[in-house]
Amino acid sequence: MRAQARIGFILLLMPLILWLGLLIIIPHIDMFLISIRERISFGVYETSLTHYQKALTEPLYLRTFWRTAVMSVLATVITLLIAFPVAYYIAKMARGRLQQVLFLLCLIPFYVSELVRTFGWMILLRETGIISHLLQWAGLADQPVEMLYNDAAMMVGLVYTSMLFMVVPLVTTLESLDDSVVEAGYDLGGTGLSVLREIIIPHAMPGIVSGCIVVFMLSLGNYLTPTMLGGKDSLWFTEMIYNQFIVRSNWELGAAFGFMLLVLSSVIVWGMLRLTGRTLQETLG
Amino acid sequence: MIPTIPRSRSFRLIYGTYVLLFFLYLVLPLAVVATFAFNNSQFPSLPWEGFTWNWFFGEERPQIGVFHERGILRAVGTSAFVALCVATLSVCVGTTNAFLFNRYEFRGKGLLYVLMLLPLVIPGIVLGISVLVFSSTLANGLWDLAQIDLQFLRPGLLLVILGQFSFITTIATLVISARLQKFDRTLEEAALNLGATQLVAVRTVTLPFLAPALIGAIVVAFLMSFENFNTTLMLVGSDAPLTIAMFDRLKEGSTPLLNAVSLLLMLGSSLLALGLILFQRGR
Repeated sequence: MRAQARIGFILLLMPLILWLGLLIIIPHIDMFLISIRERISFGVYETSLTHYQKALTEPLYLRTFWRTAVMSVLATVITLLIAFPVAYYIAKMARGRLQQVLFLLCLIPFYVSELVRTFGWMILLRETGIISHLLQWAGLADQPVEMLYNDAAMMVGLVYTSMLFMVVPLVTTLESLDDSVVEAGYDLGGTGLSVLREIIIPHAMPGIVSGCIVVFMLSLGNYLTPTMLGGKDSLWFTEMIYNQFIVRSNWELGAAFGFMLLVLSSVIVWGMLRLTGRTLQETLG
Repeated sequence: MIPTIPRSRSFRLIYGTYVLLFFLYLVLPLAVVATFAFNNSQFPSLPWEGFTWNWFFGEERPQIGVFHERGILRAVGTSAFVALCVATLSVCVGTTNAFLFNRYEFRGKGLLYVLMLLPLVIPGIVLGISVLVFSSTLANGLWDLAQIDLQFLRPGLLLVILGQFSFITTIATLVISARLQKFDRTLEEAALNLGATQLVAVRTVTLPFLAPALIGAIVVAFLMSFENFNTTLMLVGSDAPLTIAMFDRLKEGSTPLLNAVSLLLMLGSSLLALGLILFQRGR
Protein backbone atom coordinates (compact mmCIF):
# COMPACT_ATOMS: atom_id res chain seq x y z
CA MET A 1 0.00 0.00 0.00
CA ARG A 2 2.83 2.39 0.85
CA ALA A 3 4.58 1.61 -2.38
CA GLN A 4 1.33 2.27 -4.23
CA ALA A 5 0.95 5.65 -2.51
CA ARG A 6 4.48 6.47 -3.53
CA ILE A 7 3.81 5.66 -7.17
CA GLY A 8 0.67 7.81 -7.02
CA PHE A 9 2.67 10.68 -5.57
CA ILE A 10 5.30 10.49 -8.29
CA LEU A 11 2.67 10.26 -11.02
CA LEU A 12 0.97 13.38 -9.69
CA LEU A 13 4.25 15.22 -9.23
CA MET A 14 5.45 14.62 -12.80
CA PRO A 15 3.05 16.94 -14.68
CA LEU A 16 3.72 19.75 -12.20
CA ILE A 17 7.49 19.40 -12.50
CA LEU A 18 7.36 19.16 -16.30
CA TRP A 19 5.09 22.19 -16.57
CA LEU A 20 7.01 24.42 -14.18
CA GLY A 21 10.41 23.20 -15.29
CA LEU A 22 10.04 23.25 -19.05
CA LEU A 23 7.70 26.21 -19.44
CA ILE A 24 8.49 28.54 -16.55
CA ILE A 25 11.83 27.99 -14.83
CA ILE A 26 14.19 26.84 -17.57
CA PRO A 27 12.86 29.35 -20.17
CA HIS A 28 13.40 32.21 -17.72
CA ILE A 29 16.93 31.02 -16.92
CA ASP A 30 17.57 30.75 -20.65
CA MET A 31 16.21 34.26 -21.16
CA PHE A 32 18.59 35.53 -18.50
CA LEU A 33 21.54 33.73 -20.11
CA ILE A 34 20.72 35.27 -23.48
CA SER A 35 20.49 38.70 -21.91
CA ILE A 36 24.03 38.51 -20.52
CA ARG A 37 25.77 37.38 -23.69
CA GLU A 38 27.30 39.60 -26.27
CA ARG A 39 27.70 38.68 -29.89
CA ILE A 40 31.33 39.03 -30.90
CA SER A 41 31.11 37.61 -34.40
CA PHE A 42 29.07 34.97 -36.22
CA GLY A 43 28.28 32.23 -33.70
CA VAL A 44 30.78 33.53 -31.14
CA TYR A 45 29.41 34.91 -27.88
CA GLU A 46 30.91 36.31 -24.74
CA THR A 47 29.40 36.87 -21.31
CA SER A 48 28.96 40.53 -20.55
CA LEU A 49 26.55 42.96 -18.99
CA THR A 50 26.67 45.28 -21.96
CA HIS A 51 22.94 45.06 -22.70
CA TYR A 52 21.99 46.01 -19.17
CA GLN A 53 24.52 48.80 -19.34
CA LYS A 54 22.93 50.01 -22.53
CA ALA A 55 19.44 49.75 -21.07
CA LEU A 56 20.45 51.72 -17.99
CA THR A 57 22.36 54.48 -19.74
CA GLU A 58 20.29 55.15 -22.86
CA PRO A 59 17.91 57.97 -21.80
CA LEU A 60 15.00 56.72 -23.94
CA TYR A 61 15.09 53.21 -22.46
CA LEU A 62 15.47 54.41 -18.91
CA ARG A 63 12.76 57.03 -19.26
CA THR A 64 10.31 54.51 -20.71
CA PHE A 65 11.11 52.06 -17.93
CA TRP A 66 10.31 54.53 -15.14
CA ARG A 67 7.38 56.03 -16.97
CA THR A 68 5.81 52.59 -17.33
CA ALA A 69 6.35 51.91 -13.63
CA VAL A 70 4.94 55.25 -12.46
CA MET A 71 1.97 55.17 -14.83
CA SER A 72 1.12 51.61 -13.74
CA VAL A 73 1.14 52.67 -10.10
CA LEU A 74 -1.03 55.65 -11.00
CA ALA A 75 -3.47 53.42 -12.91
CA THR A 76 -3.66 51.11 -9.89
CA VAL A 77 -4.41 53.98 -7.50
CA ILE A 78 -7.08 55.45 -9.78
CA THR A 79 -8.68 52.03 -10.23
CA LEU A 80 -8.78 51.54 -6.45
CA LEU A 81 -10.31 54.97 -5.82
CA ILE A 82 -13.01 54.46 -8.45
CA ALA A 83 -13.75 50.85 -7.53
CA PHE A 84 -13.94 51.16 -3.75
CA PRO A 85 -17.23 53.09 -3.46
CA VAL A 86 -18.79 50.87 -6.12
CA ALA A 87 -17.67 47.71 -4.34
CA TYR A 88 -19.02 49.08 -1.06
CA TYR A 89 -22.33 49.85 -2.73
CA ILE A 90 -22.61 46.34 -4.14
CA ALA A 91 -21.53 44.62 -0.93
CA LYS A 92 -23.36 46.70 1.66
CA MET A 93 -26.06 48.89 0.16
CA ALA A 94 -27.61 46.93 -2.68
CA ARG A 95 -29.90 44.13 -1.59
CA GLY A 96 -31.07 40.82 -3.04
CA ARG A 97 -31.61 40.75 -6.80
CA LEU A 98 -30.05 44.16 -7.41
CA GLN A 99 -26.87 43.04 -5.68
CA GLN A 100 -26.55 39.96 -7.89
CA VAL A 101 -27.30 41.87 -11.07
CA LEU A 102 -24.78 44.62 -10.30
CA PHE A 103 -22.11 42.06 -9.49
CA LEU A 104 -22.72 40.22 -12.76
CA LEU A 105 -22.62 43.53 -14.66
CA CYS A 106 -19.14 44.12 -13.28
CA LEU A 107 -18.02 40.81 -14.76
CA ILE A 108 -19.17 41.60 -18.31
CA PRO A 109 -16.07 43.39 -19.57
CA PHE A 110 -13.99 40.42 -18.45
CA TYR A 111 -15.81 38.13 -20.85
CA VAL A 112 -15.09 40.46 -23.74
CA SER A 113 -11.69 40.42 -25.38
CA GLU A 114 -9.36 43.26 -24.44
CA LEU A 115 -9.13 44.06 -28.12
CA VAL A 116 -12.86 44.73 -28.32
CA ARG A 117 -12.77 46.98 -25.26
CA THR A 118 -9.89 49.00 -26.70
CA PHE A 119 -11.69 49.20 -30.03
CA GLY A 120 -14.74 50.61 -28.22
CA TRP A 121 -12.68 53.38 -26.68
CA MET A 122 -11.16 54.19 -30.07
CA ILE A 123 -14.62 54.63 -31.58
CA LEU A 124 -15.62 56.87 -28.69
CA LEU A 125 -12.55 59.06 -28.45
CA ARG A 126 -11.18 59.54 -31.93
CA GLU A 127 -11.49 62.68 -34.00
CA THR A 128 -14.51 61.37 -35.89
CA GLY A 129 -15.76 59.63 -32.78
CA ILE A 130 -18.90 59.82 -30.71
CA ILE A 131 -17.68 62.18 -28.00
CA SER A 132 -16.23 64.60 -30.52
CA HIS A 133 -19.59 64.64 -32.33
CA LEU A 134 -21.48 65.10 -29.08
CA LEU A 135 -19.33 68.07 -28.10
CA GLN A 136 -19.89 69.73 -31.47
CA TRP A 137 -23.58 69.04 -31.33
CA ALA A 138 -23.80 70.58 -27.85
CA GLY A 139 -21.90 73.62 -29.06
CA LEU A 140 -18.95 73.04 -26.76
CA ALA A 141 -16.55 72.68 -29.68
CA ASP A 142 -16.65 74.15 -33.16
CA GLN A 143 -14.43 71.57 -34.84
CA PRO A 144 -13.65 67.86 -34.41
CA VAL A 145 -11.73 67.17 -31.22
CA GLU A 146 -9.02 64.50 -31.13
CA MET A 147 -9.04 62.81 -27.74
CA LEU A 148 -7.13 59.71 -28.73
CA TYR A 149 -3.36 59.20 -28.66
CA ASN A 150 -2.48 60.82 -25.36
CA ASP A 151 -1.79 59.75 -21.80
CA ALA A 152 -5.29 60.51 -20.55
CA ALA A 153 -6.89 58.25 -23.18
CA MET A 154 -4.40 55.54 -22.33
CA MET A 155 -5.19 55.88 -18.63
CA VAL A 156 -8.93 55.60 -19.28
CA GLY A 157 -8.27 52.39 -21.19
CA LEU A 158 -5.93 50.93 -18.56
CA VAL A 159 -8.36 51.63 -15.72
CA TYR A 160 -11.25 50.22 -17.73
CA THR A 161 -9.40 47.02 -18.59
CA SER A 162 -8.43 46.20 -15.02
CA MET A 163 -11.52 47.45 -13.16
CA LEU A 164 -13.00 43.99 -12.67
CA PHE A 165 -9.89 42.65 -10.95
CA MET A 166 -10.25 45.36 -8.33
CA VAL A 167 -14.03 45.24 -7.84
CA VAL A 168 -14.34 41.48 -7.33
CA PRO A 169 -11.83 41.04 -4.46
CA LEU A 170 -13.14 44.21 -2.82
CA VAL A 171 -16.75 43.03 -2.94
CA THR A 172 -15.73 39.64 -1.57
CA THR A 173 -13.91 41.07 1.45
CA LEU A 174 -16.47 43.80 2.13
CA GLU A 175 -19.30 41.28 2.11
CA SER A 176 -17.64 39.45 4.97
CA LEU A 177 -17.72 42.61 7.11
CA ASP A 178 -20.49 42.29 9.69
CA ASP A 179 -23.00 45.17 9.55
CA SER A 180 -23.12 45.32 13.34
CA VAL A 181 -19.42 46.20 13.52
CA VAL A 182 -20.05 49.29 11.40
CA GLU A 183 -23.11 50.14 13.51
CA ALA A 184 -21.04 49.78 16.66
CA GLY A 185 -18.55 52.24 15.22
CA TYR A 186 -21.30 54.82 14.79
CA ASP A 187 -22.82 54.05 18.20
CA LEU A 188 -19.49 54.75 19.80
CA GLY A 189 -19.56 58.22 18.30
CA GLY A 190 -17.53 57.66 15.12
CA THR A 191 -18.11 59.86 12.11
CA GLY A 192 -18.44 58.51 8.58
CA LEU A 193 -14.79 59.23 7.95
CA SER A 194 -13.42 57.67 11.11
CA VAL A 195 -15.55 54.55 10.65
CA LEU A 196 -14.20 54.25 7.12
CA ARG A 197 -10.64 54.66 8.30
CA GLU A 198 -10.76 52.58 11.47
CA ILE A 199 -13.15 49.79 10.53
CA ILE A 200 -13.97 49.44 6.86
CA ILE A 201 -10.56 49.94 5.25
CA PRO A 202 -8.63 47.70 7.72
CA HIS A 203 -11.20 44.97 7.13
CA ALA A 204 -10.98 45.36 3.35
CA MET A 205 -7.16 45.31 3.35
CA PRO A 206 -6.75 41.75 2.00
CA GLY A 207 -9.02 42.62 -0.92
CA ILE A 208 -7.24 45.90 -1.51
CA VAL A 209 -3.83 44.19 -1.61
CA SER A 210 -4.82 41.41 -3.97
CA GLY A 211 -6.75 43.80 -6.21
CA CYS A 212 -3.82 46.21 -6.37
CA ILE A 213 -1.31 43.48 -7.16
CA VAL A 214 -3.34 42.08 -10.03
CA VAL A 215 -4.20 45.50 -11.47
CA PHE A 216 -0.61 46.63 -11.26
CA MET A 217 0.59 43.49 -13.03
CA LEU A 218 -1.99 43.85 -15.77
CA SER A 219 -1.12 47.51 -16.37
CA LEU A 220 2.61 46.91 -16.38
CA GLY A 221 2.33 44.04 -18.82
CA ASN A 222 -0.27 45.66 -21.05
CA TYR A 223 0.66 46.04 -24.69
CA LEU A 224 -2.58 46.67 -26.51
CA THR A 225 -3.90 49.71 -24.64
CA PRO A 226 -0.73 51.84 -24.76
CA THR A 227 -0.19 50.93 -28.41
CA MET A 228 -3.70 51.69 -29.58
CA LEU A 229 -4.79 54.53 -27.28
CA GLY A 230 -1.47 56.10 -26.29
CA GLY A 231 0.34 58.67 -28.39
CA LYS A 232 3.82 58.83 -29.82
CA ASP A 233 5.17 59.94 -26.45
CA SER A 234 3.39 57.30 -24.43
CA LEU A 235 5.80 54.51 -25.27
CA TRP A 236 5.31 51.53 -22.95
CA PHE A 237 8.05 49.17 -21.85
CA THR A 238 6.31 46.15 -23.37
CA GLU A 239 6.35 47.92 -26.74
CA MET A 240 10.14 48.21 -26.49
CA ILE A 241 10.41 44.49 -25.75
CA TYR A 242 8.24 43.73 -28.77
CA ASN A 243 10.27 46.07 -30.97
CA GLN A 244 13.60 44.53 -29.99
CA PHE A 245 12.34 40.97 -30.46
CA ILE A 246 10.13 41.14 -33.51
CA VAL A 247 11.06 44.30 -35.39
CA ARG A 248 14.82 44.56 -34.80
CA SER A 249 15.57 40.90 -33.97
CA ASN A 250 17.92 42.06 -31.24
CA TRP A 251 17.05 39.23 -28.85
CA GLU A 252 19.86 39.95 -26.41
CA LEU A 253 18.68 43.48 -25.66
CA GLY A 254 15.04 42.38 -25.74
CA ALA A 255 15.76 39.63 -23.21
CA ALA A 256 17.51 42.18 -20.99
CA PHE A 257 14.40 44.40 -21.18
CA GLY A 258 12.18 41.43 -20.40
CA PHE A 259 14.26 40.58 -17.37
CA MET A 260 14.14 44.17 -16.16
CA LEU A 261 10.35 44.14 -16.42
CA LEU A 262 10.24 40.88 -14.49
CA VAL A 263 12.46 42.27 -11.74
CA LEU A 264 10.44 45.47 -11.52
CA SER A 265 7.15 43.62 -11.18
CA SER A 266 8.58 41.15 -8.63
CA VAL A 267 10.05 43.94 -6.52
CA ILE A 268 6.81 45.90 -6.41
CA VAL A 269 4.66 42.85 -5.70
CA TRP A 270 7.10 41.73 -3.00
CA GLY A 271 7.17 45.23 -1.52
CA MET A 272 3.38 45.41 -1.38
CA LEU A 273 3.17 42.01 0.32
CA ARG A 274 5.92 42.99 2.74
CA LEU A 275 4.26 46.30 3.57
CA THR A 276 0.99 44.60 4.46
CA GLY A 277 2.51 41.49 6.01
CA ARG A 278 0.77 39.05 3.70
CA THR A 279 2.00 36.12 1.64
CA LEU A 280 1.53 35.30 -2.02
CA GLN A 281 -0.48 32.20 -1.12
CA GLU A 282 -3.04 34.18 0.88
CA THR A 283 -3.30 36.87 -1.75
CA LEU A 284 -3.72 34.80 -4.89
CA GLY A 285 -4.66 31.32 -3.72
CA MET B 1 -24.97 52.75 3.86
CA ILE B 2 -26.23 49.89 5.92
CA PRO B 3 -30.03 50.34 6.26
CA THR B 4 -29.92 50.95 10.01
CA ILE B 5 -27.60 53.91 9.63
CA PRO B 6 -29.45 57.07 8.64
CA ARG B 7 -28.06 59.03 5.71
CA SER B 8 -29.15 62.33 4.32
CA ARG B 9 -31.15 62.19 1.11
CA SER B 10 -28.62 64.20 -0.88
CA PHE B 11 -25.83 61.83 0.12
CA ARG B 12 -27.82 58.86 -1.10
CA LEU B 13 -28.64 60.66 -4.31
CA ILE B 14 -25.03 61.53 -5.05
CA TYR B 15 -23.87 58.01 -4.20
CA GLY B 16 -26.54 56.45 -6.40
CA THR B 17 -25.62 58.73 -9.29
CA TYR B 18 -21.96 57.81 -8.92
CA VAL B 19 -22.70 54.10 -9.11
CA LEU B 20 -24.95 54.69 -12.11
CA LEU B 21 -22.20 56.64 -13.89
CA PHE B 22 -19.78 53.84 -13.14
CA PHE B 23 -21.97 51.28 -14.84
CA LEU B 24 -22.46 53.60 -17.80
CA TYR B 25 -18.67 53.78 -18.08
CA LEU B 26 -18.53 49.97 -18.06
CA VAL B 27 -21.19 49.49 -20.70
CA LEU B 28 -20.51 52.44 -23.01
CA PRO B 29 -17.57 51.13 -25.09
CA LEU B 30 -19.22 47.75 -25.57
CA ALA B 31 -22.56 49.28 -26.53
CA VAL B 32 -20.84 51.52 -29.08
CA VAL B 33 -18.97 48.62 -30.64
CA ALA B 34 -22.19 46.63 -30.90
CA THR B 35 -24.23 49.48 -32.37
CA PHE B 36 -21.86 50.35 -35.18
CA ALA B 37 -21.84 46.77 -36.41
CA PHE B 38 -25.12 47.77 -38.10
CA ASN B 39 -23.96 51.04 -39.65
CA ASN B 40 -24.40 51.12 -43.41
CA SER B 41 -21.07 52.88 -44.00
CA GLN B 42 -17.42 52.04 -44.51
CA PHE B 43 -16.44 53.44 -41.13
CA PRO B 44 -17.53 52.49 -37.61
CA SER B 45 -18.25 56.11 -36.70
CA LEU B 46 -20.85 58.82 -37.07
CA PRO B 47 -22.71 59.87 -39.15
CA TRP B 48 -25.22 57.06 -38.94
CA GLU B 49 -25.98 55.97 -42.50
CA GLY B 50 -28.82 53.62 -41.74
CA PHE B 51 -29.30 50.08 -40.53
CA THR B 52 -27.84 47.10 -42.36
CA TRP B 53 -27.12 43.40 -41.85
CA ASN B 54 -24.44 43.53 -44.53
CA TRP B 55 -21.52 43.39 -42.09
CA PHE B 56 -22.76 39.98 -41.05
CA PHE B 57 -24.22 38.48 -44.23
CA GLY B 58 -23.03 40.74 -47.05
CA GLU B 59 -21.62 38.81 -49.99
CA GLU B 60 -19.99 41.40 -52.20
CA ARG B 61 -17.53 44.24 -51.94
CA PRO B 62 -17.27 46.69 -50.37
CA GLN B 63 -19.45 45.23 -47.64
CA ILE B 64 -18.36 41.63 -47.15
CA GLY B 65 -19.93 40.22 -44.00
CA VAL B 66 -18.29 38.11 -41.32
CA PHE B 67 -19.80 34.90 -42.59
CA HIS B 68 -18.25 35.36 -46.03
CA GLU B 69 -14.87 36.69 -44.99
CA ARG B 70 -12.39 33.83 -45.34
CA GLY B 71 -9.57 35.38 -43.31
CA ILE B 72 -11.71 36.00 -40.26
CA LEU B 73 -13.38 32.59 -40.41
CA ARG B 74 -10.01 30.88 -40.62
CA ALA B 75 -8.76 32.90 -37.64
CA VAL B 76 -11.83 31.89 -35.62
CA GLY B 77 -11.08 28.26 -36.43
CA THR B 78 -7.44 28.67 -35.38
CA SER B 79 -8.45 30.33 -32.11
CA ALA B 80 -10.99 27.63 -31.33
CA PHE B 81 -8.44 24.90 -32.01
CA VAL B 82 -5.84 26.58 -29.79
CA ALA B 83 -8.39 27.23 -27.04
CA LEU B 84 -9.57 23.59 -27.06
CA CYS B 85 -6.02 22.30 -26.78
CA VAL B 86 -5.15 24.76 -24.01
CA ALA B 87 -8.35 24.06 -22.06
CA THR B 88 -7.87 20.28 -22.24
CA LEU B 89 -4.19 20.36 -21.30
CA SER B 90 -4.51 22.89 -18.51
CA VAL B 91 -7.51 21.18 -16.90
CA CYS B 92 -5.69 17.81 -16.95
CA VAL B 93 -2.57 19.25 -15.33
CA GLY B 94 -4.69 21.43 -13.05
CA THR B 95 -6.48 18.33 -11.75
CA THR B 96 -3.29 16.42 -11.01
CA ASN B 97 -1.86 19.53 -9.32
CA ALA B 98 -4.96 19.94 -7.17
CA PHE B 99 -4.77 16.29 -6.02
CA LEU B 100 -1.06 16.62 -5.34
CA PHE B 101 -1.41 19.69 -3.13
CA ASN B 102 -4.57 18.42 -1.45
CA ARG B 103 -3.58 14.82 -0.69
CA TYR B 104 0.16 14.73 -0.05
CA GLU B 105 2.50 16.22 2.52
CA PHE B 106 6.07 16.39 1.31
CA ARG B 107 9.21 18.42 1.68
CA GLY B 108 9.27 21.51 -0.49
CA LYS B 109 5.48 21.63 -0.80
CA GLY B 110 5.30 25.31 0.21
CA LEU B 111 7.97 26.26 -2.30
CA LEU B 112 6.28 24.29 -5.10
CA TYR B 113 2.98 25.98 -4.28
CA VAL B 114 4.53 29.43 -4.61
CA LEU B 115 6.20 28.36 -7.87
CA MET B 116 2.80 27.15 -9.09
CA LEU B 117 1.35 30.63 -8.42
CA LEU B 118 4.22 32.49 -10.11
CA PRO B 119 2.89 32.45 -13.69
CA LEU B 120 0.11 34.77 -12.51
CA VAL B 121 2.58 37.50 -11.56
CA ILE B 122 4.79 37.23 -14.64
CA PRO B 123 3.74 39.70 -17.36
CA GLY B 124 2.25 37.83 -20.34
CA ILE B 125 4.73 39.29 -22.77
CA VAL B 126 7.68 38.08 -20.67
CA LEU B 127 6.16 34.58 -20.53
CA GLY B 128 5.89 34.75 -24.30
CA ILE B 129 9.48 35.76 -24.95
CA SER B 130 10.89 33.27 -22.45
CA VAL B 131 9.11 30.40 -24.21
CA LEU B 132 10.21 31.80 -27.58
CA VAL B 133 13.85 32.07 -26.46
CA PHE B 134 13.95 28.59 -24.93
CA SER B 135 12.32 26.82 -27.86
CA SER B 136 14.67 28.43 -30.32
CA THR B 137 17.64 27.55 -28.12
CA LEU B 138 16.41 23.95 -28.31
CA ALA B 139 15.88 24.12 -32.04
CA ASN B 140 19.29 25.67 -32.68
CA GLY B 141 20.99 23.19 -30.39
CA LEU B 142 19.41 20.26 -32.20
CA TRP B 143 20.45 21.69 -35.54
CA ASP B 144 24.06 22.17 -34.43
CA LEU B 145 24.16 18.70 -32.91
CA ALA B 146 22.43 16.55 -35.46
CA GLN B 147 21.31 18.79 -38.32
CA ILE B 148 17.67 18.13 -37.43
CA ASP B 149 15.36 21.03 -38.12
CA LEU B 150 12.26 20.84 -35.95
CA GLN B 151 9.77 23.28 -37.44
CA PHE B 152 7.35 23.00 -34.51
CA LEU B 153 9.89 24.66 -32.21
CA ARG B 154 9.72 27.81 -34.33
CA PRO B 155 6.98 30.42 -33.74
CA GLY B 156 3.65 28.84 -34.57
CA LEU B 157 0.60 27.18 -33.11
CA LEU B 158 2.44 24.74 -30.85
CA LEU B 159 4.32 27.55 -29.15
CA VAL B 160 1.13 29.60 -28.83
CA ILE B 161 -0.57 26.63 -27.14
CA LEU B 162 2.37 26.04 -24.79
CA GLY B 163 2.70 29.74 -23.94
CA GLN B 164 -0.97 30.08 -23.02
CA PHE B 165 -0.98 26.74 -21.24
CA SER B 166 1.91 27.92 -19.04
CA PHE B 167 -0.22 30.45 -17.12
CA ILE B 168 -3.79 29.19 -17.65
CA THR B 169 -2.79 25.99 -15.81
CA THR B 170 -2.34 28.03 -12.63
CA ILE B 171 -5.90 29.31 -12.88
CA ALA B 172 -7.27 25.83 -13.57
CA THR B 173 -5.35 24.51 -10.55
CA LEU B 174 -6.81 27.20 -8.28
CA VAL B 175 -10.39 26.61 -9.48
CA ILE B 176 -10.17 22.82 -9.05
CA SER B 177 -8.30 23.03 -5.71
CA ALA B 178 -10.99 25.24 -4.24
CA ARG B 179 -13.62 22.56 -4.87
CA LEU B 180 -11.42 19.64 -3.86
CA GLN B 181 -10.82 21.23 -0.46
CA LYS B 182 -14.54 21.03 0.26
CA PHE B 183 -14.63 17.32 -0.50
CA ASP B 184 -15.42 15.02 2.42
CA ARG B 185 -12.65 12.42 2.46
CA THR B 186 -14.79 9.94 4.40
CA LEU B 187 -16.91 9.42 1.25
CA GLU B 188 -13.87 8.09 -0.53
CA GLU B 189 -12.98 5.96 2.49
CA ALA B 190 -16.48 4.50 2.41
CA ALA B 191 -15.93 3.46 -1.17
CA LEU B 192 -12.63 1.84 -0.19
CA ASN B 193 -14.35 -0.02 2.66
CA LEU B 194 -16.93 -1.31 0.23
CA GLY B 195 -14.14 -2.90 -1.74
CA ALA B 196 -13.29 -0.35 -4.39
CA THR B 197 -9.68 0.18 -5.37
CA GLN B 198 -8.18 3.65 -4.94
CA LEU B 199 -8.55 4.44 -8.64
CA VAL B 200 -12.15 3.26 -8.81
CA ALA B 201 -12.99 5.28 -5.70
CA VAL B 202 -11.56 8.45 -7.21
CA ARG B 203 -13.32 7.84 -10.52
CA THR B 204 -16.75 7.05 -9.11
CA VAL B 205 -16.86 9.31 -6.04
CA THR B 206 -14.34 12.16 -6.19
CA LEU B 207 -14.41 13.06 -9.87
CA PRO B 208 -18.22 13.37 -10.06
CA PHE B 209 -18.01 15.67 -7.04
CA LEU B 210 -15.39 17.74 -8.87
CA ALA B 211 -17.36 17.90 -12.12
CA PRO B 212 -18.75 21.44 -11.68
CA ALA B 213 -15.25 22.78 -11.00
CA LEU B 214 -13.82 20.83 -13.93
CA ILE B 215 -16.42 22.21 -16.31
CA GLY B 216 -15.95 25.69 -14.87
CA ALA B 217 -12.20 25.42 -15.35
CA ILE B 218 -12.63 24.24 -18.95
CA VAL B 219 -14.89 27.20 -19.80
CA VAL B 220 -12.67 29.76 -18.09
CA ALA B 221 -9.53 28.31 -19.71
CA PHE B 222 -11.22 28.28 -23.13
CA LEU B 223 -12.29 31.93 -22.81
CA MET B 224 -8.92 33.08 -21.49
CA SER B 225 -7.13 31.34 -24.31
CA PHE B 226 -9.53 32.64 -26.94
CA GLU B 227 -9.03 36.20 -25.76
CA ASN B 228 -5.35 36.06 -24.98
CA PHE B 229 -3.30 38.67 -26.74
CA ASN B 230 0.04 39.40 -25.06
CA THR B 231 1.55 35.93 -24.91
CA THR B 232 0.16 34.99 -28.31
CA LEU B 233 1.63 38.10 -29.93
CA MET B 234 5.18 36.98 -29.17
CA LEU B 235 4.72 33.37 -30.30
CA VAL B 236 2.50 33.61 -33.33
CA GLY B 237 3.67 32.23 -36.67
CA SER B 238 1.83 32.35 -39.98
CA ASP B 239 -1.56 31.10 -38.67
CA ALA B 240 -2.92 34.05 -36.72
CA PRO B 241 -5.57 33.42 -34.05
CA LEU B 242 -8.53 35.79 -34.05
CA THR B 243 -7.21 38.43 -31.65
CA ILE B 244 -4.00 38.83 -33.66
CA ALA B 245 -5.87 38.90 -36.98
CA MET B 246 -8.19 41.61 -35.64
CA PHE B 247 -5.26 43.57 -34.26
CA ASP B 248 -3.57 43.59 -37.67
CA ARG B 249 -6.74 44.86 -39.32
CA LEU B 250 -7.33 47.44 -36.65
CA LYS B 251 -3.87 48.89 -37.26
CA GLU B 252 -4.69 49.37 -40.93
CA GLY B 253 -7.95 51.14 -40.18
CA SER B 254 -11.24 49.57 -39.31
CA THR B 255 -14.53 48.85 -41.06
CA PRO B 256 -17.76 47.85 -39.29
CA LEU B 257 -16.71 44.28 -40.13
CA LEU B 258 -14.60 44.38 -36.99
CA ASN B 259 -17.62 45.57 -35.02
CA ALA B 260 -19.62 42.66 -36.31
CA VAL B 261 -16.88 40.19 -35.30
CA SER B 262 -16.67 41.86 -31.89
CA LEU B 263 -20.43 41.65 -31.38
CA LEU B 264 -20.43 37.95 -32.21
CA LEU B 265 -17.52 37.46 -29.81
CA MET B 266 -19.40 39.26 -27.05
CA LEU B 267 -22.51 37.17 -27.66
CA GLY B 268 -20.52 33.95 -27.76
CA SER B 269 -18.61 34.55 -24.56
CA SER B 270 -21.63 35.88 -22.65
CA LEU B 271 -23.62 32.81 -23.65
CA LEU B 272 -20.82 30.56 -22.46
CA ALA B 273 -20.48 32.49 -19.21
CA LEU B 274 -24.24 32.59 -18.63
CA GLY B 275 -24.52 28.87 -19.32
CA LEU B 276 -21.79 28.24 -16.80
CA ILE B 277 -23.47 30.37 -14.13
CA LEU B 278 -26.84 28.67 -14.66
CA PHE B 279 -25.21 25.26 -14.64
CA GLN B 280 -23.43 25.94 -11.36
CA ARG B 281 -26.52 27.40 -9.77
CA GLY B 282 -28.47 24.28 -10.78
CA ARG B 283 -26.07 22.16 -8.76
